[in-house]
Amino acid sequence: MTVQAWSILGAVVAVCFGAIGPAFAEGRAIASAMEAIARQPEAGGTISRTLFVGLAMIEAIAIYCLVIALVLLFANPFAH
Amino acid sequence: MSSPLVETPLFHLGPVPIAGSVLTSFAITAVLGASSYFLTRRLALKPSTTQAAVELVVSVVDDQVRDVLRRDPAPYTPLVGTLFIYLIVANSIEVVPMLHSPTARLETTMALALIVFFSVYFYGIRANGLRGYLRHFIEPSPLIAPIHILSEATRTFALMMRLLGNIMSHGLVLAIVVSLAGLLVPIPVMAFGLFVGLVQAYIFAILATVYVGAAVETEPPTSKEVRT
Repeated sequence: MTVQAWSILGAVVAVCFGAIGPAFAEGRAIASAMEAIARQPEAGGTISRTLFVGLAMIEAIAIYCLVIALVLLFANPFAH
Repeated sequence: MSSPLVETPLFHLGPVPIAGSVLTSFAITAVLGASSYFLTRRLALKPSTTQAAVELVVSVVDDQVRDVLRRDPAPYTPLVGTLFIYLIVANSIEVVPMLHSPTARLETTMALALIVFFSVYFYGIRANGLRGYLRHFIEPSPLIAPIHILSEATRTFALMMRLLGNIMSHGLVLAIVVSLAGLLVPIPVMAFGLFVGLVQAYIFAILATVYVGAAVETEPPTSKEVRT
């Protein structure tokens, strides 16, 4: 296979497997936040703000995978 | 398909290439700046309807900053509020025909992340002095210093890439949906894009506040004021 074909395969694998971990992590975080808000509705503001910041941190991992995929597709250093 | 990471210049102004996203960004800045200027002329103690609306926006940002930092929000609201309002407009301008979000381009988000990066130093040094601020790099142990420096670099990079990835990938998804299914299907996707833009603007502003807050208070919190 050519470098281009391998790059496309690499991009697919990066996004595929890179999305699994953050998806589970975000699910766990949101479930815990829901439980916490149900138990203590008056702390909802603080909990949801912390949740958003945490989700952004988790999401960064998936974004890194997207960046790797985009670099492979559009800015590949090995394909000419 | 053209690369989303490369910007083609529209024209050259002397040696400086000017791209479409730069023009959009400047236009947004000019409109927001002019409207802020004219909305804050002739402020009255008994506010008019417009003044009340503007005060509502400012007080919402003030409350968020106060909740996060636990201190007087006055020095931090200009930075956070400007980032927030600019990002809302820049992320949502995709719905205007012929215009593209400047935040879907690497240069704009890099500039915004660098603004946050340098404001962290500005506020940290202003609050603790140069020595006091630099001391937090070697706490609790000088061995930690490389990790501190690495974390400052990667979090700036993550700030840049988070905004870029969300806005740009939404544009890509929208392009794919439009090419697959005509007229009616993309509209809910576009509405979802507005929501994504709002959430990303909020997250960017809150993260900027958190980073600035971490730089401002360098001494470890006592047991009474542990952040919840």
